[in-house]
Amino acid sequence: MDKNMTDLARRNFMSKAVAAAGLTVIPGVMLYEVQARPADQAATNKVRWGMLIDTNKCEDGCNDCVTACQTENGWGSGSNNEQKSSDKQKAQWIRKVKLTDKQTGHVQSLPLMCQHCETAPCVDVCPTGASMKRADGIVLVDKHTCIGCRYCMMACPYKARSFIHEDMHDQEVHAPRGKGTVESCTMCVHRVDKDGTPACVEACTKADKKAMMFGDLNDPSSAISIRLKEFGGEQIRADLGLNTGVRYQGL
Amino acid sequence: MKTVRYLEIEGNSKGYLALLGMLGLMILGSLAAFYYMEHNGHWVSNMDNQIVWGTPHVFAVFLIVAASGALNIASISSVFNKTAYKPLAPLSGLLALALLAGGLMVLVLDLGRPDRLIVAMTKYNFKSIFAWNMIFYNGFFAIVAVYIWFTMDRTMGQYKKAAGIAAFIWRLMLTTGTGSIFGFLVARQGYDAAIMAPMFVIMSFSFGLAIFLLVLMASYNWTHRPLGDALFRRLKNLLGVFVAAVFYFVMVYHLTNLYATEHHGVEAFILRDGGIYTQLFWYGQIILGSLIPLALIYHPTWGMNRMLVGLASIFVVIGGMIQMYIIIIGGQAYPLNMFPGKEVSSSFFDGVVNVYSPSLPEFFLGLGGFGVALIAVALAVKVLKFLPSSLADADVDPHHS
Repeated sequence: MDKNMTDLARRNFMSKAVAAAGLTVIPGVMLYEVQARPADQAATNKVRWGMLIDTNKCEDGCNDCVTACQTENGWGSGSNNEQKSSDKQKAQWIRKVKLTDKQTGHVQSLPLMCQHCETAPCVDVCPTGASMKRADGIVLVDKHTCIGCRYCMMACPYKARSFIHEDMHDQEVHAPRGKGTVESCTMCVHRVDKDGTPACVEACTKADKKAMMFGDLNDPSSAISIRLKEFGGEQIRADLGLNTGVRYQGL
Repeated sequence: MKTVRYLEIEGNSKGYLALLGMLGLMILGSLAAFYYMEHNGHWVSNMDNQIVWGTPHVFAVFLIVAASGALNIASISSVFNKTAYKPLAPLSGLLALALLAGGLMVLVLDLGRPDRLIVAMTKYNFKSIFAWNMIFYNGFFAIVAVYIWFTMDRTMGQYKKAAGIAAFIWRLMLTTGTGSIFGFLVARQGYDAAIMAPMFVIMSFSFGLAIFLLVLMASYNWTHRPLGDALFRRLKNLLGVFVAAVFYFVMVYHLTNLYATEHHGVEAFILRDGGIYTQLFWYGQIILGSLIPLALIYHPTWGMNRMLVGLASIFVVIGGMIQMYIIIIGGQAYPLNMFPGKEVSSSFFDGVVNVYSPSLPEFFLGLGGFGVALIAVALAVKVLKFLPSSLADADVDPHHS
């Protein structure tokens, strides 16, 4: 009888101990199955992130992508900064552009942001290398190294870059903005690195406009590649031969 | 063989002190403007995300271009063996260094993060012509300093020619690099032209010699030292050649652009529809900066009048600043041609001519560049033997009987 009681106590303890140990291990096992890249692993060129914008579906008065970017990255209406800068001095990471064909009168609308070129002129001209392109195609500015010379702004064929003309406060942690440095669309690299999509694409999808797509241009089976193959996609200023990561349909 | 005697200026007169005071005020104004812009941020200037480089860059690039041209007289004497210019070589080198220092000061002080200058000096992206320019500018100081030493120190005379050739080649690379800052930009219709680099080289010849002539005339008039007619005539005629050469390059640049329909937009903007830019081009750059100086220099009687030649040099300098203004600011004012054949509008000022006017902080910052350059020369000629005690024809001209 005594022997049975002791065995039960030990068995209970063992089963509880194993359960506790299992609980500590299982999250690690489950994490291992997620695809997101660990933070200390460098980006590779196996992936090339890109966007596809269908100008036929882009509405003239809609600014969802712009508003989403402002909120996500803390510029424009998404922050209390830049109170002193004039309208021409305020930063714009993405803007809606309205095109009217001079011959036909045809009107189009499209969002314009950093095109994340493969051979980006801004990267070529930066004297310190602050303007850089990641291996996965995303063009960024290293805020530690930027000296604010604005040569990249002169060089950009899309006027995608902005200079910060005054002190900044309460920046978003993932979008450090500093007076005297240059910034532009980061393709929401902080979201992309965690398997997410850029805020502009997410907002457009949420509003069911279906004008913007994001994905891996190097993967022929990705939704963006399939759509590009079927319907094509042009670059703005294609004659410059920059091989942009952002493509447009209906230009 | 006459030996030229070099002598420091006395530098005791009220006029000299007043000059130093005025230049000092210019520098103080520049530093005040720098503090104001750096402390508050560039929102206090009229530069924005459309006109990215403004008045400070006009001053800075002009001074840097003129700096390499100011070395021409020394180069002609050492590299091309024109003995008539040999007495002027030390002043030529000094002025080159002074102008470069002034231009670089303005350029650095306008940076968004001038505190990161050490980053710019230690991290280089060698595909960037800007990075190469930093190497060229720093090397220019070293090479020209050595060259000046060799021209002033008789014991180093045998190395003067080698140093002169090195300095000449280096300044050609430097000015080519400066012109390529604009020539390499595919984005804008007003740039992206191979002619920008050699045009800047020729502009440097013209602007540098004009400033050199003005400094020479001022130095010799105000110290009552003789400046011979023969030497003066040679310099004046050389300036005329350079002004004509700049005019030629400008004509080729615009005529070539006019041939290509894709460039008609920016050409119409500069030459006809650009408002202030069109007026500055025709009245400032062409008439004031090229045609009037050519008339003054080559006219049989006007060209013999030193005041008129000095006036011509001043016009060349003003015309050169205007030319720089049209290149740098006019080139940015004209919108990017992203969607040919379409009217473009956006909240980020796409498709419109960008409006700009110089703000006071920018102007004072730029003016300080001239202040630094000229005060460096004024102090140096008092401290060291840069100026020959006499440039009268009898004393320096090898062909004078």
